[in-house]
Amino acid sequence: MIECRNISKIYKSEAGETHALKGVSLAIKDGEFVAIIGPSGSGKSTLMHILGALDIPTSGEYFLDGKDVSKLSDDELAEIRKNKIGFVFQSFNLLPRATVLRNVVLPLVYAGTPKEERETRARAMLVNSGLEESHFYHLSNQLSGGQMQRVAIARALVNNPSLILADEPTGNLDTKTGEIVLDAFQRLNSEQKRTIILITHELYVAEHAQRIIHIRDGEIVEDEQNHSRRSTNHINL
Amino acid sequence: MIISDLFQETFAAITVNKVRSGLTILGIVIGIGSVIAMISIGQGAQGTIEANIESIGSNLIMVMPGFQRMVGSQVSAGRGSAQTLSQEDADAIQNEVTPVKAVAPDVSRRYQVTAKGKNTNTQVIGTVPAYTDVRNIQIDIGSFITEQNIRSLSRVAVLGPTTRDDLFGEGANPIGQTIRINRIDFKVIGVTESKGGTGFGSQDDMIFVPLSVAQRFLVGDNYVSTINIQVVDQSSMAAVQQEVITLLLQRHNITNPQLADFQVMNQADIVATASSITNTFTVLLAAIAGISLVVGGIGIMNMMLTTVTERTREIGLRKAIGAKKKDISTQFLTESVMLTFFSGILGVILGWVLSLIISKFGSINTSISLFSILLAFGVSAAIGIIFGYYPARRAASLNPIEALRYE
Repeated sequence: MIECRNISKIYKSEAGETHALKGVSLAIKDGEFVAIIGPSGSGKSTLMHILGALDIPTSGEYFLDGKDVSKLSDDELAEIRKNKIGFVFQSFNLLPRATVLRNVVLPLVYAGTPKEERETRARAMLVNSGLEESHFYHLSNQLSGGQMQRVAIARALVNNPSLILADEPTGNLDTKTGEIVLDAFQRLNSEQKRTIILITHELYVAEHAQRIIHIRDGEIVEDEQNHSRRSTNHINL
Repeated sequence: MIISDLFQETFAAITVNKVRSGLTILGIVIGIGSVIAMISIGQGAQGTIEANIESIGSNLIMVMPGFQRMVGSQVSAGRGSAQTLSQEDADAIQNEVTPVKAVAPDVSRRYQVTAKGKNTNTQVIGTVPAYTDVRNIQIDIGSFITEQNIRSLSRVAVLGPTTRDDLFGEGANPIGQTIRINRIDFKVIGVTESKGGTGFGSQDDMIFVPLSVAQRFLVGDNYVSTINIQVVDQSSMAAVQQEVITLLLQRHNITNPQLADFQVMNQADIVATASSITNTFTVLLAAIAGISLVVGGIGIMNMMLTTVTERTREIGLRKAIGAKKKDISTQFLTESVMLTFFSGILGVILGWVLSLIISKFGSINTSISLFSILLAFGVSAAIGIIFGYYPARRAASLNPIEALRYE
């Protein structure tokens, strides 16, 4: 359960103040698949950073599972990210010289999960995201883009977070692999009831979600249920 | 993060760029190695010097002339240059101070010495028969100076083995030969056994002549340079030293001990003085070698800063998945400490090898102490912490959003 009340973010620089977000309020229920769409400079990245507990708003309140995270310190935010949020980035951000398995295990290392349990969970997540077992001990930079993003999804899920934040997850992929990744998100949502927030600037990508929030110049301009939801026809991996 | 994870990550990070890590630790390796080698030279020298001093004789007290300074004057004639000690002082000590085993005054100067056209410049010591006991001198060939020689002003000489080698050739028997000291003929009557001291102040490069002869024919006055006193045992050293001072002050009519015209030294004092000199020497050498450690430390810092910059995105990602500042700083600090600790191990090995080479080919004694090894490890770990701290803090304080965007 996510609730934002009147969130503003102001960046101060020598050139003056930039109002990245101007009083955004929104609520996302557990199990929703929401796309936040807007052109570059619209404030969607800023919103994602706040929703992902990477940053705090200048004013307003943000409740994640009933806890106010809008005024926490850096380390308290890290604690929230560790336990409640899984990130999937446009550029994957895998550790290049580590194995696939090590990449997925990493969040559990910071969470202090016992060693034996880590590997079991990481393997389960990788299988779940459709990566073949033969790739588990490959270095992550030997994989294709689609495989990398699936590893990243497994990594995002391994902590069993309440929220998955995907920032342009298909931005570095070709259309076909992008479809595979979007399909993976849809399945996570429909089969495991994961809450997913997808940030994108492409309407085509956003149309895979149940609900589309349009943001422009730091304000929500439209918040609609997506009835003509695109299906990926469950392409076989 | 569990320690084993920390080590796993650190090891992976260090081995990714082996050449860079290797070159960086080389600075510390050389630094630690040279510090250890230098300390081993210093401590070896200290051991040699102490052994040399102890070979002079045991339970020895030496009285030497001090300098005389006129009342109210700042001018002194230089310590040891004064002529204040006499044969009578030595006799008085022999007769009045109780636990004394032997007293041997001597007059000592350097002279040019010739024999059959060979020439050397050496220490000529005029002394009495008791000198052999006091200074622990053994006779190799012939005999030492006798009371008879002193009374009859015999121009006889006993040579140290080095002097013998210089004048007559190695291992030659010079008994009965004539040498000229300061253009006066002396007959050689004996050669002493080698005591093994080397270099300046060697116990083997000396010529002994009767005290009376030295005073009359060489120096030309009645003073003595040193009164050597052998005390019965170690425990009465302090008491005897005090008695000698009191007696001489009284004989020289001096009331204020600060103005004494002589100085009394015992072997322990000389060892202490020599030790303090070699300590200073050791510290100096180690400090010079220590400079390279600082340079090596800067190398570590430079590498760590580069690493932090290169791995900015990785740091951003680690933060995004829940790493706290402490997790990040610990990781980078562990990296630098592991680098320097590893350098410490290699440095100790290098220093050890260096000191072995030095003592084998440089004919300087070296000794590696546990202290210097522990010091090396302590210093290398400290360098890791000191020079790794700033890069680690910089990594920890990176903003995750900016770090993730970093190209």
